[in-house]
Amino acid sequence: MTLEAKNLTFRYPRRGAAPVLEGVSITLRPGERLGLSAPSGRGKTTLCKLLAGWEEPEDGQVLLDGAPLSRRGFCPVQLLWQHPEEAVDPLLKLRVSLYEAGPVDPAVLEGLGVREEWLERYPAELSGGELQRICAARVLGPELKFLLCDETSAMLDLITQARLWRFLLKQAEERGLGLLIVSHDAALLDRVCTRVLTWEEIAAPRRT
Amino acid sequence: MRTNRRADTLFLLIFAGIFLSAIALAGGLLTEPAGAADFTRKNLPPCLAHPFGTDWMGRDMLARTVAGLSLSIRVGGLTALLSGGIALLLGTVSAACGPRVDALVSWVIDLVLGIPHILLIILVSLACGRGVWGVIAGVALTHWPSLARLVRGEVLQLKQATFLRAVRRLGVSRGRVLRTHLLPHLLPQLFTGLILQFPHAILHEAGVTFLGFGLSPERPAIGVILEESMGYLAAGRWWLALFPGLSLVLVVMLFAVAGERLRLLLAPASAQE
Ligand SMILES: Nc1ncnc2c1ncn2[C@@H]1O[C@H](COP(=O)(O)OP(=O)(O)O)[C@@H](O)[C@H]1O
Ligand SMILES: [Mg+2]
Repeated sequence: MTLEAKNLTFRYPRRGAAPVLEGVSITLRPGERLGLSAPSGRGKTTLCKLLAGWEEPEDGQVLLDGAPLSRRGFCPVQLLWQHPEEAVDPLLKLRVSLYEAGPVDPAVLEGLGVREEWLERYPAELSGGELQRICAARVLGPELKFLLCDETSAMLDLITQARLWRFLLKQAEERGLGLLIVSHDAALLDRVCTRVLTWEEIAAPRRT
Repeated sequence: MRTNRRADTLFLLIFAGIFLSAIALAGGLLTEPAGAADFTRKNLPPCLAHPFGTDWMGRDMLARTVAGLSLSIRVGGLTALLSGGIALLLGTVSAACGPRVDALVSWVIDLVLGIPHILLIILVSLACGRGVWGVIAGVALTHWPSLARLVRGEVLQLKQATFLRAVRRLGVSRGRVLRTHLLPHLLPQLFTGLILQFPHAILHEAGVTFLGFGLSPERPAIGVILEESMGYLAAGRWWLALFPGLSLVLVVMLFAVAGERLRLLLAPASAQE
């Protein structure tokens, strides 16, 4: 099972806006840990949104094993959003957000260090790191095949960061997940990735 | 500052709620005495025993006013609920069911908003055979569009929210998204909208009744009282119109002020005030 983006073109709906992505292609295989680094504003987050089915491309395709992503049910490609406080409903207790996709393996909660008492609180009452771990727990369902980590650890302290990565890498290893890791942190990419790409390698040369 | 305003508004809402429920209840109990004629005491100006005076049949005007307000409040409450329900349904459907449905609903909203309320109410009321249900249908069917438009805008904006995209890709069903994620976000707007509809509903009910297209003359409605009293104004019996009219204005203002305060408090722009 591979995740393939072919020749993606995408623009945000604003009058006369230039495309954010133009002719972007990328392939992610199971068990692979692919790093992507590019200056900010290039469209890394936008690419992740398209890969996870949050947005539809204007042109090109996102294919999972040769077929378009299904619009129903749990999507095998999940995006771990950079700002976890935006990824959970602010009006609901985290217990609801955590179990949104169904039961979560207690070993996952244990491994991520999600504490029971956090679940009785609202998003505004938790730190970014705590929220990010809850978001990670809810996307690690049994149907998950590819996990897109968009600057996932940028706002975490070093200890939490190390712990989160250790757990995610172990999960990926055991379950043969494909990871796409978007980060500015060259050291992190070097350490965890099997392959690192720059923006020039996935995007068609810009017309000037 | 903020907690102060919040406390004030809450107090006002509770006060308005209790006051209006009291009138609604008292009116229900007073329907008998309100209709009781006593020709030994007819046409009395306001005095201690009859603070609002009595009419040409010796009926106590205070009792009639309270009974009338009670009917108005009950009719107003029911119509506000009905039009709120229509607004929620159509506003959500419009925003959630694709561009065709949206265009259709938006067209209906513009259409209904374009016709003068009172005209439409009279038409619907006549079509439904006048009476209480005619008025309720008339007011409810004319008052949903502005709230529906508000709900639609809110849902459209919510649909863009990051958390909703994340949740949908988690395989959460449409129904559940609606119940657990959309409704709670819509509730404050809807609640405020309902309270602000109340005074409209009451005034329009009194209005069509006054014009003779609403409640039947034997009902103790404010509109009926005002309509009758017009004939006696020239005879110098000012109290017949003044006190019922003032009471109606008071009740309407109470709702309008409470609703407006709630709206300001819940509006994001004024959240920091
Ligand atoms: N929701 C949005 N609406 C309009 N423009 C956006 C939106 N999100 C991002 N952009 C624009 O798209 C470009 C790429 O953004 P993004 O994908 O976040 O880049 P990166 O993640 O590489 O920093 C930027 O120029 C940004 O201004
Ligand atoms: Mg980004």
